[in-house]
Amino acid sequence: MINTVQFDTASLMVALPEIFLLSAIVVVLLLDLFLTKPFKQVAYYLTQLSLLITGILSFNLIGQPETIIFGYSFVLDDLASVFKVFMMAAAMVAMVYSRHYLIQHSLFKGEYFVLVMLSILGMMVMVSGYSLLTLYLGLEILSLSLYTLIAIARNRAGAIEAALKYFVLGAIASGLLLYGMSMVYGISGSLNIAEIATFANSTVLASREILVLNFGLVFLVIGIAFKLGAVPFHMWVPDVYQGSPTSVTLFISTVPKIAAVAMLVRLLVDGLGSMQPYWSDLFMVLAILSIAIGSIVALMQTNIKRMLAYSTISHVGYVLLGFVTGVITGYSSAVFYILAYVLMSLAAFGIIILLNKKGFEADLISDYKGLSKHSPWFALMMLMIMLSMAGVPPFIGFYAKLFVLQQVISSGMITVAIIAVVFAVISAYYYLQIIKSMYFEEGDKETTVNAPMDMKLVLSINAVLILVVGLFPDFWMKLALSLF
Amino acid sequence: MQNILLSLLIWLPILGGGLVIVLGNERATTARWMSLAIAILVFFMSLSLWTGFDSSTHLMQFVEKSAWITQFNINYHIGVDGISMPLIILTTFSTVLVIGAGWEVIQKRPAHYMAAFLMMEGLIVGVFSALDGILFYTFWEASLIPMLLIVGIWGGDNRIYAAIKFFLYTFLGSVFMLISLIYMYNKSGSFSILEWHNLSLTATEQAWIFWAFFMAFAVKVPMFPVHTWLPDAHVQAPTGGSVILAAIMLKMGGYGFFRFSLPITPDASLQFSDVVIVLSLIAVVYIGFVALVQRDMKKLIAYSSISHMGFVTLGVFALFLAYDSQAPEGAFLGLEGAMVQMISHGFISAAMFLVVGVLYDRLHSREISTYGGVINSMPKFTGFAVLFAMANAGLPGTSGFVGEFMVILGAVQANIWYAVLATTTLIVGAAYTLWMVKRVFWGVVTNPAVETLNDINGREFSILAILALAVLVVGLYPQPMIEVMHTSIEHLLNQALTSKL
Repeated sequence: MINTVQFDTASLMVALPEIFLLSAIVVVLLLDLFLTKPFKQVAYYLTQLSLLITGILSFNLIGQPETIIFGYSFVLDDLASVFKVFMMAAAMVAMVYSRHYLIQHSLFKGEYFVLVMLSILGMMVMVSGYSLLTLYLGLEILSLSLYTLIAIARNRAGAIEAALKYFVLGAIASGLLLYGMSMVYGISGSLNIAEIATFANSTVLASREILVLNFGLVFLVIGIAFKLGAVPFHMWVPDVYQGSPTSVTLFISTVPKIAAVAMLVRLLVDGLGSMQPYWSDLFMVLAILSIAIGSIVALMQTNIKRMLAYSTISHVGYVLLGFVTGVITGYSSAVFYILAYVLMSLAAFGIIILLNKKGFEADLISDYKGLSKHSPWFALMMLMIMLSMAGVPPFIGFYAKLFVLQQVISSGMITVAIIAVVFAVISAYYYLQIIKSMYFEEGDKETTVNAPMDMKLVLSINAVLILVVGLFPDFWMKLALSLF
Repeated sequence: MQNILLSLLIWLPILGGGLVIVLGNERATTARWMSLAIAILVFFMSLSLWTGFDSSTHLMQFVEKSAWITQFNINYHIGVDGISMPLIILTTFSTVLVIGAGWEVIQKRPAHYMAAFLMMEGLIVGVFSALDGILFYTFWEASLIPMLLIVGIWGGDNRIYAAIKFFLYTFLGSVFMLISLIYMYNKSGSFSILEWHNLSLTATEQAWIFWAFFMAFAVKVPMFPVHTWLPDAHVQAPTGGSVILAAIMLKMGGYGFFRFSLPITPDASLQFSDVVIVLSLIAVVYIGFVALVQRDMKKLIAYSSISHMGFVTLGVFALFLAYDSQAPEGAFLGLEGAMVQMISHGFISAAMFLVVGVLYDRLHSREISTYGGVINSMPKFTGFAVLFAMANAGLPGTSGFVGEFMVILGAVQANIWYAVLATTTLIVGAAYTLWMVKRVFWGVVTNPAVETLNDINGREFSILAILALAVLVVGLYPQPMIEVMHTSIEHLLNQALTSKL
């Protein structure tokens, strides 16, 4: 039992990205106080710079041997570093899109960026958390920042409602997660993931101990399912997606999903890996329900943000399917899927933000009527995004589904695979609705694009990557496989 | 150094299509000429597949193979044999025609229209040449996208319904194929179609895989009862879309039976051949009668397409029966006839849809009752139309006769009653085609607008003349075409008749 915390330089270096980001947050927060109106943009650029540097620092840590520091509460391995790099990249892209939205809707404030960075810090802690406490701490930093971030549009009733809903439900979920953690702690006598793993692995567990572990496990799964937005813990997703300012929706739908998957890996794969048959069964139910509800309910939506919320739910179902398999390559397929999803989701919300104007949210499917005429390039991008989400080759969404389905089938669950593809066809219908609006219908109002050049450029690269990574997915699949 | 001809045939039209999009609708004339130039270039390049083809071997030719997704042992593996090569040439040939046919009519976003057809050409050539399961699936699904847009953007009044129905129908069919592709990968460790030909599968596995493939291919062919998307798509699609749909996309389904079902699941194909034959006969006979009562010319031709494609599936699956009754030549004839029928139907259906297109461009009506006595104002055009109608009815001397005759010969060896039923199509087919000809082209002029019709111009004349030539050449001298296929078909027959159990 080592419980002494050592703060030597070597161990601090391992947490350098987090330490840097924390310092940057303090600097931006203080600096923002003294920035006068014409220099407000500085906060934005500093945020981007901090994220970039954090990303580079994390990138440099890839390939380091697994190191556990701070008294067994913080782990650095390739999974953590690679996830952090992707989170930074996604966050930077999200910030580029957000800026346009914030300026259009007069929400551009320094606090916004500070809160985003804080939530990212929380996610980094989640990704690297190696004890129940660190994981919970990271999750709470993330969640509290997100609640506030939504409420930043304080003069919008919808946003306040979304923030409150998210807060109340999120608090319940956190409570359940904590309850589960206390059970696991109570029976195993440790907060440390590695020790929990050793305990759960030991062959001499009494049935009473297995029962308590199982009991705790159920609550852990609920907490994770809530954060991922899996059915039946998905009720907050559509409301929060729709009510939040689109830039926040964009953020919530992307980066935190990576962190939630990381938390899942830490708790269930690293910690309770030996209980895999138990949590696989739970995930199976969650996955199939998510895919089904996500696909069916989305059919009736007229609001594109709400539709994408349900689409997220069904994507989460696929991610969980990857974990259901209970094999290393299956987990890799889930990681590949979540990264592919983040790429698609960023681009999809990017398009919505692109069309935003003061007083015009562009969040109805009918707002996209005739887009292919006014803005053929971005209509084409949206076409690719939607087809990719539907799982049509040669876009990345297909290869992500292929990877997961291949794992599912090789685990002998052909029926599950059949259910999944049938719902993929059903979900294709609502993705087609967007394409129908853009291409087949004439618009009655001009949806003009007046976004700045940087946003157009990043969005184009983002969307084209969906095709390019789809054509050459080999590197990314190998990367996902190297993480476990 | 690999021979990159096939890759060029796939990627040149796709990249060329991209270039045409970049040119934009503002420079429509340049875009049109450029698309035509690309299409013609690709067509002539594809002819060197024919000239360089060695018809004495069933092995794949013009093969290219390089690693694509090493994680799953997926390769960029393409090549052609005697079955796929004629279909590729049919594809490049038809694309030239549709680009010519959309020259003046398409005023709405002309560059995008041309680009969609070019891209589709590349993707479909990819379907016919892919030798890797996932590569095949990628092209197969991707080819839906341009067709979805063509129907949805340039189609008729009810185009949205038709486009989405088309997409979802075919998507639903093909996802089951994907599952069986993955299943076979898990079993064999490879996505190579040629390796799957030798993969041993139990009877149960074969049955499941057979039906999964069947879902995908039957929707595409389309077979009764999953044919309902076709009349909608055809009626709503612009002329060019209908031509490509009928001439090539339906062939993808037939090709699937040749490339996947027969060689990979021979025992299941044998086991379920009766079901398929019955469905084919329903398509041939019942859909023929359905065609008879249509008032819309395009719908009539769409139903006639389904009926004619029934011959393809009939020919393919009759081989098992023919073999059982100790008539291997019958089996061979059926299979080869199916292949000839696919090519011939490619020409005839394209021609029929173009004929309707010519009329529609002038009077904007597809209703048979709008017309009558067209011959008075359009004599040259009527000449072509009657020729194609005869070919559609299966008149000897036209390509329509050859394939159907071969299939019927095969069916006679299989079971005389099947042959009798199949033969009724010669009567029903003649009935609906000639009745339409009578009502549209002959008789007295009832609609004053018909009197003012201008006969076909040089562009339309050349397109129809080229097709007429193709129909007659294949009809009078099919030998060269049959020779190219011969060895490959023979090999396929062996595969289909060799039990894997």
